[in-house]
Amino acid sequence: MTLALIPPAEMVHWWFATGFLIIGLLLLTEAIVGHEAWVRRPWRKYLWPSFLFGMGVLMWPVMTFFTNSAIHMVAHGTWAQFLMLAGAAELGVARGKLHSQYWRLTSAAAMLVSGTALLVHEQQHWFFARAAFLHHALGWTMVAGAVFPLMQALRPRSLTAATGFASVFVVTAIMLYCDRDSAAIFGHFSQYAGVLHR
Amino acid sequence: MSADVAHELQQRTKTRDRVRTRVRIVLALGPLTSVAGVVWGIAQPWRLTLLHPLGQGFWWLFSEPPLYVVLVGLLFRFVVAPGIVEDLE
Repeated sequence: MTLALIPPAEMVHWWFATGFLIIGLLLLTEAIVGHEAWVRRPWRKYLWPSFLFGMGVLMWPVMTFFTNSAIHMVAHGTWAQFLMLAGAAELGVARGKLHSQYWRLTSAAAMLVSGTALLVHEQQHWFFARAAFLHHALGWTMVAGAVFPLMQALRPRSLTAATGFASVFVVTAIMLYCDRDSAAIFGHFSQYAGVLHR
Repeated sequence: MSADVAHELQQRTKTRDRVRTRVRIVLALGPLTSVAGVVWGIAQPWRLTLLHPLGQGFWWLFSEPPLYVVLVGLLFRFVVAPGIVEDLE
């Protein structure tokens, strides 16, 4: 068994996919049972904001060790900051230190920034390889998905907004799990994309 | 039975049904997630390097995405869901 110090990038995507899946399930459950039932146990209200904040913290090592290009570092660093900002704001709301419903706008900002960073730092076209396709798809999903936390900031009790917000996390998790460093997408694979994987 | 009492009983039944539906959905979320992971593992066994571990490095043995999905489902079912169901009921 060999121990390479830095894992392949695809694995980091799968680990973050797991984080997104957990947050998605928690948000979906909150949407189903309602906010009052969800916060009946004090520890539960901190669950998903903690995961969001934690994922922001874990983005820093990603920024530090995956230095493919300057734009990658800038993108990962920006994600780290905005995930931490959104997580911290939600934690503040859960704790009762922050009161305004408009703090949910930090989640909208995080998604908008994440989406833009994904689109900007993907240098290849959609059908270059699976990773390129997924970066474009993830980017547009995040940009479009930002409408849900925006809706929640304006209408906190909207079931559509809550379900939509949760769905964005679940869809993001599925796409991140599909990621491979060099694999085909719908039969397309550029000759410049490396050695083909399944 | 007066109309008021009948109406209240009807409302209670409706509320109980709504709660039951929510309980069922919450209890189903975890197992459904785990089943999705199992189906994925069967459909793409090469994503589970534990099934063919020889020559695999540490990270490849550590990274088992279908198992992660199964684990998330199980954690949700046994850590998060019971408390919610209890609170709803």
